[in-house]
Amino acid sequence: MRNLKACLLAATVALATLPPFSVFAANGDTLKQVKERDLVLCGVHPARHGFAAPDSKGVWEGFEVDYCKAVAAAVLGDANKVRYVPLSSQQRFPAIQSGEVDVLARNVTANLSRDTALGLNFAPPIFYTGTGFLVRADSGVKEVKDLDGAVICMAPGSTTERNIAQIFAARGLKYTPVVIENNKQLVDAYVTGRCDALAKDKAALPGVRAVDTPNPADHVLLEGIYSKEPLAMAVRQGDDQWYDIVKWVVYATFNAEEMKVFQANVDEMLKSDDPDIQTLVGMIGDNGAKLGLDQKWSYNIVKQVGNYADIYDRHFGPSTSIALDRDLNRQWNDGGILYGQPMN
Amino acid sequence: MSLSSSSSRGSTRRSQIAGVVYSQAFRSAFYQVILAIFVLLAGYYLYSNVVENLRAQNIATGFRFLSEVSQFEIGERLINYSARDSYFRALAVGLLNTLAVSGVGIIVATILGFTVGIARSSNDLLLKKVAGFYVEIVRNIPVILQVIFWSVVIRNLPPPRGAVELWGAGFLSNRGLTVAMPNADPSHVWMLVAFVAGVILSIIAARFIRRRNDATGKHVDSLWVSLLLITGLPLLVWLLSGAPLDMSIPERKGFSFSGGSTLSPEFVALLLGISMYASGFIAEIVRSGIQATPRGQIEAAKTIGLKPWYITRYIVLPQALRVIVPPLTSQYVSLSKNSSIAVVVGYPDLVNIGNTVMNQTGQAVEAVTIMMVVYLTISVVTSLVMNFYNRLVEIKER
Repeated sequence: MRNLKACLLAATVALATLPPFSVFAANGDTLKQVKERDLVLCGVHPARHGFAAPDSKGVWEGFEVDYCKAVAAAVLGDANKVRYVPLSSQQRFPAIQSGEVDVLARNVTANLSRDTALGLNFAPPIFYTGTGFLVRADSGVKEVKDLDGAVICMAPGSTTERNIAQIFAARGLKYTPVVIENNKQLVDAYVTGRCDALAKDKAALPGVRAVDTPNPADHVLLEGIYSKEPLAMAVRQGDDQWYDIVKWVVYATFNAEEMKVFQANVDEMLKSDDPDIQTLVGMIGDNGAKLGLDQKWSYNIVKQVGNYADIYDRHFGPSTSIALDRDLNRQWNDGGILYGQPMN
Repeated sequence: MSLSSSSSRGSTRRSQIAGVVYSQAFRSAFYQVILAIFVLLAGYYLYSNVVENLRAQNIATGFRFLSEVSQFEIGERLINYSARDSYFRALAVGLLNTLAVSGVGIIVATILGFTVGIARSSNDLLLKKVAGFYVEIVRNIPVILQVIFWSVVIRNLPPPRGAVELWGAGFLSNRGLTVAMPNADPSHVWMLVAFVAGVILSIIAARFIRRRNDATGKHVDSLWVSLLLITGLPLLVWLLSGAPLDMSIPERKGFSFSGGSTLSPEFVALLLGISMYASGFIAEIVRSGIQATPRGQIEAAKTIGLKPWYITRYIVLPQALRVIVPPLTSQYVSLSKNSSIAVVVGYPDLVNIGNTVMNQTGQAVEAVTIMMVVYLTISVVTSLVMNFYNRLVEIKER
């Protein structure tokens, strides 16, 4: 009893003099922590086919999963040194803010309020998409104006809720939203006919159609993209070095494709005479040192994960079940808007 | 609290102080003060830590966001709301939806629970077993699974085009239950007033009748007078205002129906889930209340020839309520908290709307604080009302 009281007194004194515990990221902290841990903590979508989902053996795969791997390959030299943290729409921002994850590659749309009020920094977008609608083929819906009065299923906490309100208001149309957090419940509500349409990022809908609907032929995607959704990786504000690393990991995948350095031919490219390619594969220059990384960082990305085209085709290419046209996600010199800043 | 109780008149000043310090009262007060300081400091430390860190990360803080435009629609609402209204109004819509589902849920759970509880203590073996089976099922399956179960059942009803027609008065489909509703009429307000007046009058009448019963020894049951007052007055108002019978009949149109009123599948699934879950516990509470009445009293009542209905109403029920009400309160409180499971099925309750607000503004701490304060208030108010009722039914010591 006496001990207990003494403890209480001591704790009170200790508490009164305790410095505030900070989760604030100072410059260089994240890289140091990642290296000490020898593991990148990457926040991903719990189940979005094509972007991030565990396969039948529980191994994570997907477009954004590959970007987590690219960061690990660049920082730790091993694409497998990633721990995937599946996060719901609501959990994702607190998770990155509190330092629970080092980088967020979770279908995050970059926009002004998130960049500022949420205390985030966005790497260059890795996937340009927009709100799309999945509807039943027999519903006769051909465009958004046919959806007047419809019930529309969507997930909370995404930019979708706001975009749908804007899309319908701009056209003077009415709708009833049904907002469900759990992805399985959400898709189920659409499939069983609770909703007339399922609204999501257009890039996610082919995956829903191919995997979640009992008969994919019964469902169609509406033509067109109805909002701007640039999906980007996010890091915490305050650690500029880590932000630079994530940003240049993205540019490295863009530039490698532009220079035609693929996973398959990267070792041949070691002998290339092109100084840009030599820089990319780490034969010359000191880009690694400037970023605080190994000289081979960008070589490791291409060798272990691939360039942008390798990653895209692996998950959305013509041979996959959810083939998606690259559309805006082509290189700038091929009709798209991917434009890797020069790595010199 | 007399701190000097242990000090004696003849001792020195020094031993007087020692007497105070070593007294039981002083010591217990001292440690309570220390504990209070500790708790307050811990709270302040956590609060200042959050504020400090949010500021350091450039994350917006404060409640200014409440007046900003929400920019999202809400499917079900009891007050007017559009995407051009403020976050505050959006949260108000969510709160009203929470209150609606909890309020209706409490009524449904009470009716179901009392019915099953009485059935469970009846002498009919079949009824007893069926009620027992019901109780074991609904109270041993997690409430979240029950809500999902009902939502799946409702979603698998036919779509609007093949909706089940309910004798021309409505439709049952995977879009919910759509029923004919009387069109708004000025008389409705007065009918509500008449209803409230009926309730107040019936309470007064019941007191009067009891006093008269006590005085004359002749028995008149106040229940029938009350029922007449509560239903009769609104009906009278309706008749006097010309018996308006203008109904809005639902018809199939476009994606679903036009006209009538619709209970959404989310509302129904959530309502069934949380109220059936609570009804299992309430049934057991009611049974324990009934069984708490000593058998001897019932036998004595039978001996003097009271009818079974009188025994239930005047002997069992008043005593049972004393046992029932306190645990019933905690069931009501937990039912209103369970309504936050709405998120799973997509009913726009306070938590669901709060989530969206949190995501659009990024102000998780503030949004969660609002939700916590609201739930705390709902629970405290529920408890206060039930405690008031408890004081009405508890044993009056004279």
